[in-house]
Amino acid sequence: MEKFIKKTSIVAPMDRANVDTDAIIPKQFLKSIKRSGFGPNLFDEWRYEDVGQPDSDNSARPLRKEFVLNQPRYQSAHILLARENFGCGSSREHAPWALKDYGFDVVIAPSFADIFFNNCFKNGIVPIVLEEAVVDGLFKDVFATEGYQLTVDLAAQQIIRPNGEAILFEVDTFRKHCLMNGLDDIGLTLAYQDDIKAYEVKTKKTTPWLFN
Amino acid sequence: MSAKTLYDKLWDAHIVRQEDDGTALIYIDRQLLHEVTSPQAFEGLRMAHRTPWRIDTNLATPDHNVPTTDLSNGIASITDPVSRIQVETLGMNTREFGITEYAMGDIRQGIVHVVGPESGATLPGMTVVCGDSHTATHGALGALAHGIGTSEVEHVLATQCLIQKKMKNMLVKVDGKLSAGVTPKDVVLAIIGKIGTAGGNGHAIEFGGQVFRDMSIEGRMTVCNMAIEGGARVGLIAVDEKTVEYVKGRTFAPKGEQWDMAVTAWMDLTSDADAVFDTLVELDGSMIEPQVTWGTSPEMVLDVNGRVPNPANEMDAVKADGIRRALAYMGLEADMAIKDIPAEYVFIGSCTNSRIEDLRAAATVLKGRKISDKVELALAVPGSGLVKQQAEAEGLDKIFIEAGFEWRNPGCSMCLAMNADKLPTGKHCASTSNRNFEGRQGAGGRTHLVSPEMAAAAAIAGHFVDVRDYI
Repeated sequence: MEKFIKKTSIVAPMDRANVDTDAIIPKQFLKSIKRSGFGPNLFDEWRYEDVGQPDSDNSARPLRKEFVLNQPRYQSAHILLARENFGCGSSREHAPWALKDYGFDVVIAPSFADIFFNNCFKNGIVPIVLEEAVVDGLFKDVFATEGYQLTVDLAAQQIIRPNGEAILFEVDTFRKHCLMNGLDDIGLTLAYQDDIKAYEVKTKKTTPWLFN
Repeated sequence: MSAKTLYDKLWDAHIVRQEDDGTALIYIDRQLLHEVTSPQAFEGLRMAHRTPWRIDTNLATPDHNVPTTDLSNGIASITDPVSRIQVETLGMNTREFGITEYAMGDIRQGIVHVVGPESGATLPGMTVVCGDSHTATHGALGALAHGIGTSEVEHVLATQCLIQKKMKNMLVKVDGKLSAGVTPKDVVLAIIGKIGTAGGNGHAIEFGGQVFRDMSIEGRMTVCNMAIEGGARVGLIAVDEKTVEYVKGRTFAPKGEQWDMAVTAWMDLTSDADAVFDTLVELDGSMIEPQVTWGTSPEMVLDVNGRVPNPANEMDAVKADGIRRALAYMGLEADMAIKDIPAEYVFIGSCTNSRIEDLRAAATVLKGRKISDKVELALAVPGSGLVKQQAEAEGLDKIFIEAGFEWRNPGCSMCLAMNADKLPTGKHCASTSNRNFEGRQGAGGRTHLVSPEMAAAAAIAGHFVDVRDYI
């Protein structure tokens, strides 16, 4: 997994609540057996005029010009600013894969759906929860100032505004450690294989029907 | 020892190790696999030269891409080459790693959340995971079950464990008696309407109270299935005699001496009387009416006799904006009656409502009646080959067909339209599935979530109606 330490970037505003993973990456793209290549179909139904297919030439498809990611001022954004309950619905990890493949490394929102939130950490995306009023303020700033940038400093757990003001955020210690070092969870867990085996020996006695 | 909730008990029994900050390694007893969210996990195993920790805990079946029409050519029946490769890949992966698969053509194949309980692969007290958010379904049997992403599918394959932090406890208590025509689907939609689609975020929800004690196991599955639509990854219902009776004799259920031992253990899978929940929500079951969603989120739900909301009456700007977007997408006018919404498509199926009791309930409404000529397509899609076989043995297929429905083969079908069953742009669908998101059943399609009975009644009328006028 790619490490995340600190990033400064333009911010793209996704100004609607309850953005679901069907919207982030529609079902027809879930037929891929790969982890990569989902970026061109991120928010496909909102981004393009037509209905995309896995074999479509996306560069030739008509764009919905008003959609936020199609506006020139938000090109090359690596930070997505979102509303409450971002990533709700299906558990598809294709959603964070699509966000990452498009170029997003950070999503800021007042709240996230649990499975999506968890999936972000497995893919080097930092999901940051801020108070609703603070997120509201950031939306106002992003809309008001073309080229508005934020710096996300994971080590310091701070978002730094253009005026130098810092917004502190919480992140789970273990997940922060994994993100900053690009660690593979499986490798970490396998370091405890003796504990797993001991658990199996113990539970085989109490619940043998789970080991048939 | 302090009182524990059902979730506390299940969690505690599965801790392999726990760090001081609460991060725990949790043991997984069962992983269910399907073709959409597993290929990258198997590929990850291969690339890291890893092998599954315990092959026997995994059970696979293809469901999302499977056609519901003619299957006589096996996998070759899938005309979309991309879908076909995904189903073939599941077969290659399960063969390579020695995992049991109920493949296409096997009578036991079906929607993974129907197959798990039906085969006894899901048992009370287990931890159950699957790369699918509707894994909450299995909580109906008193199992700790939730959806995971593909990285975690790989993690469970390789280690039999997940790294987790404990969730909070929520009790959704529904007492009283349901009126005739009010179903488990209406109960869960009413709950989501009350708590909102983010209401259960960070929580494991236990559904408690008279309504759930009275409910059948399949009804409980419908309720737990949609815990995720209320934001909770986990839905749970306490084990009782009905649970034990349901599990008895199923393929993977314990037998003989182990059965007796298991039943004794399972009967303790209830929350202690004085257990404390972080959040409590209460509803009066006798007040719940048949529900219909009008918008693009499951929380946008109303009684069938209600009227579509008007954004002008909503004070919260983000919410008002959400209502306006939903009305525009759904092609509805503010303040219009739910009963004036047309039902041009009808879909009875999905992991929420495709079990035998769902098909029986819909057939009861349809018997001796014809669907409206305004309905362009009505589909009945059983949840598994075994459900289909049972329905046919009871003659339900004939009732559906005589009413004007198409009687199809099992799969996820038009719930998410990864196969050829798609809701066309602009069409309204009375659907027994679980999500009414934009584009969910087909790009531009307009989904209204209802119970099987309500879907059958809408099919007859050609628009949404109160099923109580049809029973």
